[in-house]
Amino acid sequence: MRLKKQHISWLLFSLPLVFLLVFYCYPLVKIILFSFSPGGADGLNRLSKLFSTPTYLHILWFTVWQAALSTIITLLLALPGAYVFAKFRFFGKDFLQALMTVPFVLPTVVTAAAFRALLGSNGLVNSWLMTSFDLSRPPIDIEQTVVFFLIAHVFYNYTMVLRIVASFWASLDPGLVTAARMLGASPWTAFRKITLPLLLPALGSAALLVFIFCFTSFGVVLILGGPGYATIEVEIYRQAVQLFNLPMAAALSLIQIGFNFILMWLHARLSQKSKVSFFSDAPATTIKPVKNWAEKLVLAGNIVFMLTLLILPLAALLISSVTGEHGFTLSYYKALLSGESSSLFYVEPIVSVKNSIGFALTAMVLALILGLSAATFLASEDKKRTNLWDAIIMLPLATSAVTLGFGYIITLNAPPLNLRDTLAIVPIAHTLVAFPFVVRCVLPGLRQIPAHLREAASLLGASPYRVWRLITFPLIKKAILVAAIFAFSISMGEFGASAFLTRPHTPTMPVAIFRFLNQPGDMNFGQAMAMSCILMLVTCSSFWIIGRFSYPPTNPKPATGPDEQ
Amino acid sequence: MKRLLQVAGMILLCFGLSLTTKVSAEENITVMTHDSFNVSKDVIAAFEQQNGVKVRFLKSGDAGAALVQAILSKNNPLADVFFGVDNSFLSRALEAGIFRSYESPLLAKIPQNLKLDATNRLLPVDYGDVCLNYDKAWFSAKNMAPPTSISDLIKPEYKGLTVVENPATSSPGMAFLLATIGKFGEDKYLEFWKALRANDVFIAGGWEDAYFGHFTAASKGDRPIVVSYASSPPAAVYYSETPLTEAPTAAVVTDESAFRQIEFVGILEGTKKPALAEKFVDFMLSRPLQEDIPLQMFVFPSNSEAKLPEIFVKHAVVADKPAEVSPQKIESMRDTWIEAWTTTVLR
Repeated sequence: MRLKKQHISWLLFSLPLVFLLVFYCYPLVKIILFSFSPGGADGLNRLSKLFSTPTYLHILWFTVWQAALSTIITLLLALPGAYVFAKFRFFGKDFLQALMTVPFVLPTVVTAAAFRALLGSNGLVNSWLMTSFDLSRPPIDIEQTVVFFLIAHVFYNYTMVLRIVASFWASLDPGLVTAARMLGASPWTAFRKITLPLLLPALGSAALLVFIFCFTSFGVVLILGGPGYATIEVEIYRQAVQLFNLPMAAALSLIQIGFNFILMWLHARLSQKSKVSFFSDAPATTIKPVKNWAEKLVLAGNIVFMLTLLILPLAALLISSVTGEHGFTLSYYKALLSGESSSLFYVEPIVSVKNSIGFALTAMVLALILGLSAATFLASEDKKRTNLWDAIIMLPLATSAVTLGFGYIITLNAPPLNLRDTLAIVPIAHTLVAFPFVVRCVLPGLRQIPAHLREAASLLGASPYRVWRLITFPLIKKAILVAAIFAFSISMGEFGASAFLTRPHTPTMPVAIFRFLNQPGDMNFGQAMAMSCILMLVTCSSFWIIGRFSYPPTNPKPATGPDEQ
Repeated sequence: MKRLLQVAGMILLCFGLSLTTKVSAEENITVMTHDSFNVSKDVIAAFEQQNGVKVRFLKSGDAGAALVQAILSKNNPLADVFFGVDNSFLSRALEAGIFRSYESPLLAKIPQNLKLDATNRLLPVDYGDVCLNYDKAWFSAKNMAPPTSISDLIKPEYKGLTVVENPATSSPGMAFLLATIGKFGEDKYLEFWKALRANDVFIAGGWEDAYFGHFTAASKGDRPIVVSYASSPPAAVYYSETPLTEAPTAAVVTDESAFRQIEFVGILEGTKKPALAEKFVDFMLSRPLQEDIPLQMFVFPSNSEAKLPEIFVKHAVVADKPAEVSPQKIESMRDTWIEAWTTTVLR
């Protein structure tokens, strides 16, 4: 019986393992060996600067502290939001939730444009301040400062933290806090002593993801931080593409991977230790409507914050897509939809929408299958051995997109893996980034489920699949939904590797946006903004549909909690 | 649950099909290029019809990234033809030995000064001058004289007016750095940059950010001078939201204030269709495609017989004497120059 269970979990794990071996380890190892091989001595010569100058140490230091700071700020800001989303039911919650995921898919150039329209020296806020306080110079000047890209990092990652933590928080047993309060603990003590320790697994997962994303940040730092700042990822691109110094690029990639690997391994160990198995058997009961004024204040405060941080820049984007030389205009949208372009590479917006959704759905399903298999393995296996596997699975997230993209060029070039210029390479690259993400979303919840529940079911004769379907799945359904949504948006936003992949002419929405921004002229800029708004709209409605699909309103059971009666 | 599994199964099935549907029955030729490449539908359709082939384009990132990928796939090339090596990467491409020589009969129609490769492995297709653009309305509203040369930028009255791109991350940024090296010389260019830094120059990461993010004529930016192309003014007219008779911007191409970027095409060594590849290269240098270049990519055609569209004749300018730096020099010094620039301007 024991042996059989272990076989099943290893069998499950072989899926993500094979995927990683073929599409991650093999290309990566080969490109690194290739980078160091030609000309032996010359290769090492080109590396000498790595140790002889302090430049790279500075870059590493900058990369680390900006990622750490971004993570801390994002966590602090998102925690109250997560509380509100986990505990209260309020009007427009679904809509707000869908809208809040939009930043995740926006190309950096577009985000930069949105923030500039809002906070730039001629932006809305500055103009308003200048006219109302009669100032001669714009009072806010954050262009090319650390503040600017920190705000952008919070903008990108806030939702991720909020949703991962909220889905976990909602499943915690509220009885514990109630008990503590009845025993005389203040709300703050109850939070500090009970809720916070219980939340640690989800907080750890979310923090790790934010840290890695900010660590490998490319466009945000490049555009918003200005040229005075460079992360390791930016430097890898510069070395590989601009200077064609492959040994240096490979060495920096290894440093980046090594650093993050240690971090992920530590996280895996700590999350094993801090694991507290409390768990609520009736998660739905904890969600309630807002009652007293204190709760109203908390709710209102958080919603105002979300609107300021997330919705205002998006609104600024929307405004610039309908503002022309002489005020309001729809000419950008008309031009976008008219199809009057002689270019071979012109693509109707509807086609790019279809391409994007097709790739995103494929990546989402692949990532869910691989991620769930991996998470099931990690949750069920012997604790000590899984730490290493846990860290290994996360590696694709911490790997330079340029390096891996070049690895694909020299490896996936012969049958049966001749995928370099096929369509399939796009969802595969997206899946590689999305599936570790799924693992992080699902694993904390999976580990909370007491083993005796499943064992009891097995003893009563249920097959492993039946146990999974009837016990495990319902308990982690919310986490799976969050995982699905982010896997989908990672692909929609062309996050990471795909930008460096050679691909035939199948433009997705982000690709279409970049095409417009390539040439001068206000029609180009306007159409890029209009296309971005379409991207927002499509993303938003996709999330809404995915949400509906997972909680069908026709099925009254999961949608309405018992407290409604 | 069951429905979910069904949908997931369907999506996987489609994915599986996409793995297999790569080969089309028709004979085809593959052209690898960078993301900014553009061409008209009917021009390519004409070539396809004449030769009974299908032309497939593979876009592979920016010009630098595309070239690196072509070099990495040397032993098992992804394409037959590569377009988009510019003169700053020419040396690297030739040293890598990925192109084969082809003496196209159309080379006779291309001016000598564009032909940088004597072995004819890389043939010039188009060129554009990277130079300063300024916002005409801004300068006339302030009653100020616009700049007439790069040297003007360090004058006190131009303090805080200029935005340039970082040469470490942007190709027009690199071209502009080369213009200053060509103009002031290797020993003096850093002095110019030091003065420009003191004059509050703004450094943007890339062209998109500089032009659409900071240039007054293209956005709500606050800098009326930007590094762009001599052919940007006609593009600003062509893509204007309201019809214009005059370009809102102008380019500065006086003596040695511009750097000429020339883009080349080459046949990849190891192509299995050399005859067809040669035909395609001829086609790229012939009038139909050459005359299509200006309005698709907003650069000038290399073939001197190609007629320019009216909007180019009216609004575009060409530098008579661009600043010169040889491709060999660029490749060997790139690292040193960028490093020196970074130390001088950013640190």
